[in-house]
Amino acid sequence: MTTTATATGTAATAQAATAEDIGTLTAAFDAAVADEVRIEPRDWMPDAYRETLVRQMAQHAHSEIIGMQPEANWITRAPSLRRKAILMAKVQDEAGHGLYLYSATETLGVSRDDLLDKLHAGRQRYSSIFNYPTLTWADVGAIGWLVDGAAITNQVPLCRCSYGPYARAMVRICKEESFHQRQGYELLLALSRGTPEQHAMAQDAVDRWWWPSLMMFGPPDDESAHSAQSTAWRIKRHSNDELRRRFVDICVPQAEILGLTLPDPDLRWNEERGGYDHGPIDWTEFREVLRGNGPCNRERLERRRSAHEKGAWVREAAAAYAAKHSPRREKHRPERPEERHERQEESA
Amino acid sequence: MTAPAATATAALALGDDALVLAQRLGEWAGNAPVLEEDVALTNIALDLLGQARTLLSLVGDEDELAFRREAHQFRNVQLVERPNGDFADTIARQLCFSVYQELLYGALAGGGSELAPLAAKAVREVAYHRDHAEQWTLRLGDGTEESHRRMQRALEELWPCTGELFDPLEGLAVELPALRGAWLERIGAVLARATLALPQGSDRTAWSAGGGRQGVHTEAFGRLLAEMQYLHRAHPGATW
Repeated sequence: MTTTATATGTAATAQAATAEDIGTLTAAFDAAVADEVRIEPRDWMPDAYRETLVRQMAQHAHSEIIGMQPEANWITRAPSLRRKAILMAKVQDEAGHGLYLYSATETLGVSRDDLLDKLHAGRQRYSSIFNYPTLTWADVGAIGWLVDGAAITNQVPLCRCSYGPYARAMVRICKEESFHQRQGYELLLALSRGTPEQHAMAQDAVDRWWWPSLMMFGPPDDESAHSAQSTAWRIKRHSNDELRRRFVDICVPQAEILGLTLPDPDLRWNEERGGYDHGPIDWTEFREVLRGNGPCNRERLERRRSAHEKGAWVREAAAAYAAKHSPRREKHRPERPEERHERQEESA
Repeated sequence: MTAPAATATAALALGDDALVLAQRLGEWAGNAPVLEEDVALTNIALDLLGQARTLLSLVGDEDELAFRREAHQFRNVQLVERPNGDFADTIARQLCFSVYQELLYGALAGGGSELAPLAAKAVREVAYHRDHAEQWTLRLGDGTEESHRRMQRALEELWPCTGELFDPLEGLAVELPALRGAWLERIGAVLARATLALPQGSDRTAWSAGGGRQGVHTEAFGRLLAEMQYLHRAHPGATW
């Protein structure tokens, strides 16, 4: 069910709308959102709602794309063929998730090319987590367990987000992410139960990825700029701190099964609350990473830009070929020599 | 299940081909010209890795074979170990190899050898790889002036490695030299549609013609193995 019934034909009227009309449309929109009605691309929506979604969904898509890099870093060095195959499948899924999310964002009237340009120019962000380096094979497991785990905790509520295309993309993505997370956990388990060197490698990776994973939930609630409005619009359903606590509560027993420790001396069970309290997060580091000063910010963006620039001639070739061989010009029959001649003259 | 010795020789050679090309394609992840190609190239790499695992498992332990052999013990053709180069180099290599694999697996699937079931499954994957390579050959060849020039150059540079594909392979139930005519015909047809010329030079390198199948490899191959094997070799006896 969509809001089409309440806002029929609003695209045309919106252009000439008076302040009064906007007021009526906004009220209908707010009521629809409050009733848990899914907003669809052709429905009227406030400009700020559209902008917030473009920002969040583009950042989400960019994160999938940049997120390929830290893991792809280990494809050629994976220590067994089975692990290599799993990792390749995962990186392939991430590119696919990026494609879903760019498509979903395009329903809001922006283009993928434009979004990529903004990413390359540093004008749109991606998740801070991907600015950390993958230094050992165990990092691939830690990313699966902790980073994908945090992403799932964040994203499962988005499956019920008010914007239909985003919610549907998240349903598909969360299924695959859960699978990756289990594989990452299993990778760490194998290391933890392996040789002393493998166990140490796993512990070191968890030590390095734990805090950055907690930062994935964003700033504390009292400093979160977009939270109140996103909650009212049912884009967001739980606060940053609430999701972070939920994640910690899930991870602590999992770490025990792994036989690995979490690098937080203040981590303890809070009987009153029925959950774990964690130590203070280094928000200075978080802000530095967001500002572009994390360990790999420059490298990640440079790699992305470089792939795009090196690929320019390939994209141009595909476009030139498509222009020459458009279905109108050449449907089900080869080009005749005289046509070919004309075409060459045209392009000359 | 371990194959008889003669079949094992063939399975090892074909498995090494697939493994080494999968390794090369894995280097593209995150570096492709468009996202769709990140998906496609990784997808092809994954198919090839699957073929390699099946073939190597017929010979022995797949990880022992992949990670603990020296360069001279690998039996892959030199063509698959060539560096990725630019996108045209990669596509030229994909075209030559996927047409070869499609013919080879097609013939193998129709026979009664131990490798027939594997070939029957792989030939479907390989038809997709060949289609992908063909589509890009057309776009690069008949795209812009620059893409045409790059694709032609890539083919010329690759050509001396193509002859080795058709050297007889012990234990293989298919006469490889007999496939060369069909291969050349198919490649020629694609190149003609792509407005590209079939390279005219020799399809043999100067001194190491047929080298890969005898364990004679290129300089680039040593580095490929160093990267692929280092972690496994650093932890002898470990399981992953």
